[in-house]
Amino acid sequence: MSPAVAVRDLVKDYGAVRAIDGVSFEVERGEVFALLGPNGAGKSTIVEILEGHRTRSSGAVSVLDTDPAAAGPSFRDRIGIVLQTSGIDPELTVREAIDFYGAAYSRPVPSQDLIELVELGEKADARISTLSGGQQRRIDMALGLAGDPDVVFLDEPTTGFDPAARRRGWELVERLASEQRAVLLTTHYLDEAENLADRVAVLARGRIVAEGTPAELRARAGSALIRFVVPDRAEPVPDLFAPVSGDIIGRGRYVEITTDAPTADLAHLTAWAAARGIELEGLTVSTPSLEDVYLGLVDGDRGGDDVTGSDS
Amino acid sequence: MRSLWRGARHQNRIFWRTPVAAFFTLVFPILMLVLFTAIFGNDAFDTVYGRVNSSQFYTPGLAVFAAASSTYTGIGINLASRRELGILKRVRGTPMPRRAYLGGVVLSAVWIAALGVTAMVVLGVVAYGVNVEAAKVPAMLLSFGVGSASFAALGLALASLARSVSMAVPIANATLLPMAFISNIFVPFGSETPGWLDLLGDIFPLKHFGLAFGEAMNPLSSAPAVEWHRLGVLVLWLAAGAAVAAWRFSWDPPVTAGRTSRRRTRPEPI
Repeated sequence: MSPAVAVRDLVKDYGAVRAIDGVSFEVERGEVFALLGPNGAGKSTIVEILEGHRTRSSGAVSVLDTDPAAAGPSFRDRIGIVLQTSGIDPELTVREAIDFYGAAYSRPVPSQDLIELVELGEKADARISTLSGGQQRRIDMALGLAGDPDVVFLDEPTTGFDPAARRRGWELVERLASEQRAVLLTTHYLDEAENLADRVAVLARGRIVAEGTPAELRARAGSALIRFVVPDRAEPVPDLFAPVSGDIIGRGRYVEITTDAPTADLAHLTAWAAARGIELEGLTVSTPSLEDVYLGLVDGDRGGDDVTGSDS
Repeated sequence: MRSLWRGARHQNRIFWRTPVAAFFTLVFPILMLVLFTAIFGNDAFDTVYGRVNSSQFYTPGLAVFAAASSTYTGIGINLASRRELGILKRVRGTPMPRRAYLGGVVLSAVWIAALGVTAMVVLGVVAYGVNVEAAKVPAMLLSFGVGSASFAALGLALASLARSVSMAVPIANATLLPMAFISNIFVPFGSETPGWLDLLGDIFPLKHFGLAFGEAMNPLSSAPAVEWHRLGVLVLWLAAGAAVAAWRFSWDPPVTAGRTSRRRTRPEPI
């Protein structure tokens, strides 16, 4: 069976600006795939092209063996969309909105089931205008699932949720995948991608800069991460860094070293500092988190004054 | 077809839950009929057909004004606001036929217009001695149908040209109200309008709607009292409105409104 979502060399230009620059990935049924990246990286643009909301400039896109740009109602009958920017009629009650939008699908999920799924039973007959942002987001989720979709697009689905609601949102997404739906999720929450996604693609400036399982991405960062702050009076610094085996990233006086030889590097650093009677402030050694990898990938061109003297 | 009815019922529900819209489209024109007859009087005068009250001439004009408000202003503002809220974008992402959704919006507005016109005519008959002749009722229905359809198409055009609610509201008011003044709606008869204003009134559709509907309520006209040439002008405006809508109608929220409303910022790393 071909993948539920297949994207090859996708490009989207807005005038002279290339918003999406040659993106390729696939999402299988039963898989949660996360597009992770900062605001403005192009996540929503990709999702909206896959939903048929936007056209692409070039590249090949297939969702359920259909080109979304040329697709009609029968295509939209099989996908579920939870957008960041689509509202719900504030005059309606939760139940009325779910009834109205659900009735458009050929195999609608019973409204009561959807209301219970997103835990809005107590608010079912409340006007949507009276609900909190997080509760409205849950209606968004219910409306996205109203047609029993084969592919679900979730554009930052848990934004505005409190921590407990977020956990329950995650459980719901896991359940969708276990029901053999393909789930394409965008998020800028690392913990969301790490907990929820089978595979993650990190998007920065319209390109995928890394892709893999969360464990594979973490492994990219080496086995250990050493962090500390160089005190002002510790000159000359190049002596300090010359024998270090790992990659050095400096931001101001803040230093991060990712290394596969943490013992040797640490021995050198502490010997250097001890010989000079200097304390390396905030010295820590840790296992890199996905966040460390992510920040290295998306903030690669952040520089500024840099004690290491190298271009990070 | 079922989705069309469902869409119309959906829009009706929204209308009745929006008191401001209900007031301006239904109550306001009726209030004007009450005020006009109170201020200008409801004097009866003799004609060859017998005594006629002046409200016989106010009533059709204000009924048409109510119909135009419900369709043109109502559809224009409703769709601009649904678009700004991202609701049209949601609709486009569902298998709901887009034409059925828009058809439901139009059908609902025409239904509200029919209620407004009926309320106006009934009030005229009951309170102000207005006569409705059975033989001319088909002409009333026909001119109402064509006129409402025409203003509904112009409402779609308004929603296509005005990108936001804050544009749609002033555009609707700044076009419909002056049009009403030059279209014998507020000043139905006996006034000396300059020729150029008369000509302007002849170009725009409201005067034709008012006079076509008014002719069917005019005690001096004879049945069937269908003003075909005025209905023809209304059909031309219908076509123009539909063409603008087909050319410019957008389902996407305006970029700034949609983006900022739900945007959350993420803490800067380190």
